[in-house]
Amino acid sequence: MLIKELTQVPGIAGREGQVRKFIKEQLSSEPLDLSLDSMGNMYARHTVGETPLVMLASHMDEVGFMVMGFDPSGLLKFAPVGGIDLRVVVGKKVHVGEEKALGIVGAKPIHLQKPRERNKPFSRQELFIDIGASSEEEAKRKVKIGDQITFATKTEFISERVMKGKAFDDRAGCTAIIEILKSKPPVNLCGAFTVQEEVGLRGAGVAAHNVKPNLAIVLEGTTASDVPETPEHRYSTSMGHGPAITLMDRSFLANQNLNQRVIELAEKQGIKYQMRRTNIGGTDAGRIHLVEEGIPTIGLSLPCRYIHSPVSLLNIDDLKNMIDLVKAILKDIAEGGFPLGKTY
Amino acid sequence: MEKLIKKLTETYGPSGREDKIREVIKTEVEGLADEIRTDYLGNLIVLKKGSASEDTKPIMLAAHMDEIGLMITHVDKEGFLRFTNVGGVAPSRLVGTRVVLPSGQKGHVFHEPLKDLKELDLEKMYIDIGAKDQEEAKKHVTIGDIAVYDQNLVNLGNRLMAKAMDDRIGCAVLIMALQEMKNNPNDVYFVFTSQEEVGLRGARTSAYGLNPGLGIAVDVTMTGDTPEAKKMDVKLGGGAAIKVKDSSMITSPLVKDKMVEIAEKENIKYQLEVLSRGGTDAGAINLTREGILAGCISIPCRYVHSPGEMVDSGDVEAAVKLLVKIIEEKVEF
Repeated sequence: MLIKELTQVPGIAGREGQVRKFIKEQLSSEPLDLSLDSMGNMYARHTVGETPLVMLASHMDEVGFMVMGFDPSGLLKFAPVGGIDLRVVVGKKVHVGEEKALGIVGAKPIHLQKPRERNKPFSRQELFIDIGASSEEEAKRKVKIGDQITFATKTEFISERVMKGKAFDDRAGCTAIIEILKSKPPVNLCGAFTVQEEVGLRGAGVAAHNVKPNLAIVLEGTTASDVPETPEHRYSTSMGHGPAITLMDRSFLANQNLNQRVIELAEKQGIKYQMRRTNIGGTDAGRIHLVEEGIPTIGLSLPCRYIHSPVSLLNIDDLKNMIDLVKAILKDIAEGGFPLGKTY
Repeated sequence: MEKLIKKLTETYGPSGREDKIREVIKTEVEGLADEIRTDYLGNLIVLKKGSASEDTKPIMLAAHMDEIGLMITHVDKEGFLRFTNVGGVAPSRLVGTRVVLPSGQKGHVFHEPLKDLKELDLEKMYIDIGAKDQEEAKKHVTIGDIAVYDQNLVNLGNRLMAKAMDDRIGCAVLIMALQEMKNNPNDVYFVFTSQEEVGLRGARTSAYGLNPGLGIAVDVTMTGDTPEAKKMDVKLGGGAAIKVKDSSMITSPLVKDKMVEIAEKENIKYQLEVLSRGGTDAGAINLTREGILAGCISIPCRYVHSPGEMVDSGDVEAAVKLLVKIIEEKVEF
């Protein structure tokens, strides 16, 4: 299963090489024009003739850590790359470096903690990664400073429709783009697999500048906060309720005219959808819609519970509905129904 | 002047939903301009052609059309609306205010019972639109609708008070400058920008498209003249404020000094503005493409982002005069 394999490839911001290679292998047998830019964004172009050009954008990078140094004992010092809640990483398995050396995020055990220490989370300085090396020299034979560290999480179903895994944000989006490209939609399409989203939406603006599409659709993972202790009015999205159409976030206010058409299409075709009901976070849409003189942009997100942690959850029906919704939009564009040029 | 400011401030138009205010402004400038168009982000771009025969770069003037608002995120079973902020909305300024939805339905903003006012945040607040249940509420509102303050303009004598002075007063200054200007050597684009309150967004894309030689924003600024206010040497009635610095831009001395020189020469009342927090469209224009010379004329305004934003008529007149004199000079780049 594509999403299972894709989420298990390691690739933090700035280290997207293995993800890119994997996606390239998936697409190399298709009649697509593949290219790269200097930042590492990968483009897969599907050309059908005289139609508007649509860019689908998902980021390849995941949240993780980077090796920052060595302790004489062989333990590794590290720093987060992207937003991670350090309270959830203690005791988790990680992969370090190119060779995916297995490690554990370690901390002082509970017996040695003073009562006062037990009441507060560990700071980064109190955490380390243990790859089983007994000295600095041994550790250095396996890893080097700057190596990436990703969660060593196996992706698998925990119920009929729900998968657990890491990096659904945003390999689920990458999966959707691959599936959509393979379906040979009736419009000119550029799949943009972007870099460095988790550290500040860096690749997407460059990609949009390169592609200059008539419409960009950003496919993302987002928070699902449908859990106890959160009152219903604070849910941003709910898992299993379909892809979430972005209204606004910190980086982007959606164009109502475009969103309205997306909603019409979803309702006409009976595709489950929901609105993303919060203004927190930012996505590549924030960068893309402000490129040059402005690019029409739509944001669609998949609800992921426990996002940016070692294990998050995804309902695969949401992914299927997202793919169906994007295909419906592409068909509508080919038929001239979509209000492409409509301003805010 | 009051009639124009009343019409502009009372029109609905939060960020991303500038269609109504754009139409109002368009009606005001039609007949005065050589060309009017709207770009993708919803900026209204109004060109007044220049008289200079040789090639000169255009000047871009920017005032934002959008106002802050409350986006509806949830309608509960009892018909109360929950919301999030569009732009800088302080919870303390919202309590007890009256707001209006795009449907025209009005409502009252209040909060859940609190032990301590320090607990006040937007997530504990709601809008009551008088609906008896969810079903009735949903006749007036859709998730994603944006509510704005519901306030009429009040003339207090020398001073005017209204919602959305930020930055409809800037829009008014641009419109009045367009009416009063006699001769402009450079092409001048009057740009009524969108989405300023959420991050200077419309100015960025319009500046990219126009690629001007000089950009001037007209926007409101804070004042230091109210009881126990933070020290700031800008006051109502002190004249047009020439921006020296804010958190989005350090004004090029070339631009700032030229503005001061013109104000001195033309005997226009002015004050210098150093704003510790906040930014304007000038900051976005300044960093567009390879960098664009930019400046900002500010209208001192008390109670910014509240329903009672207050400006001084004399300051507004001074800003119009200063802007007209700047664009009547030939600017060489």
